[in-house]
Amino acid sequence: MIKSELIQKIAAANPHLYHRDIERIVNVIFDEIVDALARGDRVELRGFGAFTVKHRPPRQGRNPRTGASVAVDEKFVPFFKTGKELREKLNKTKPQA
Amino acid sequence: MGSKTLTRADLADAVVRKIGLPRNESQELVELVLSEISVTLSRGENVKLSSFGSFGVRDKGRRIGRNPKTGEEVPITPRRVLIFRPSNIMKDRINSGLTRPTAAE
Repeated sequence: MIKSELIQKIAAANPHLYHRDIERIVNVIFDEIVDALARGDRVELRGFGAFTVKHRPPRQGRNPRTGASVAVDEKFVPFFKTGKELREKLNKTKPQA
Repeated sequence: MGSKTLTRADLADAVVRKIGLPRNESQELVELVLSEISVTLSRGENVKLSSFGSFGVRDKGRRIGRNPKTGEEVPITPRRVLIFRPSNIMKDRINSGLTRPTAAE
């Protein structure tokens, strides 16, 4: 499923709203999550999961081809931890194939 | 660096503020977005949200784990796990928000 298909589904369940507004709503929700993470906040959506930011300190890396050592700057990476309810939902239908 | 935790209520607030929908309707829409994603994932289907990231489902086979406390071997049953891959846009926005020495909160 891609974003436009998600918007389509939300629109089908909300015939009284303009399609364009649904698009804006969906974007507002995801932008809000990114904005929060960019401030260093976390976003916890019970049952779904939590988005957090992890800090990777600066380190001395190596160019694997030449072996030359290079300085790698610190960085911040977004991380998602699946919520309990969603994790259980994923496993309700047996993954054995 | 901030240390607040946002919840569904904050996402609904943003919809109220930016779209002007009533609060209860905004809450329902936030919930609907999350549940559509959950339902799709639990069917084993991936969800790709451009400029945000993608959620994928991976099947893990049976393996032998160990209780780290007792050293005892325990089987880990096959399971399905969710992986989130942030988009480059998300990564860039987070890094430009946090790596620059933020003067004041």
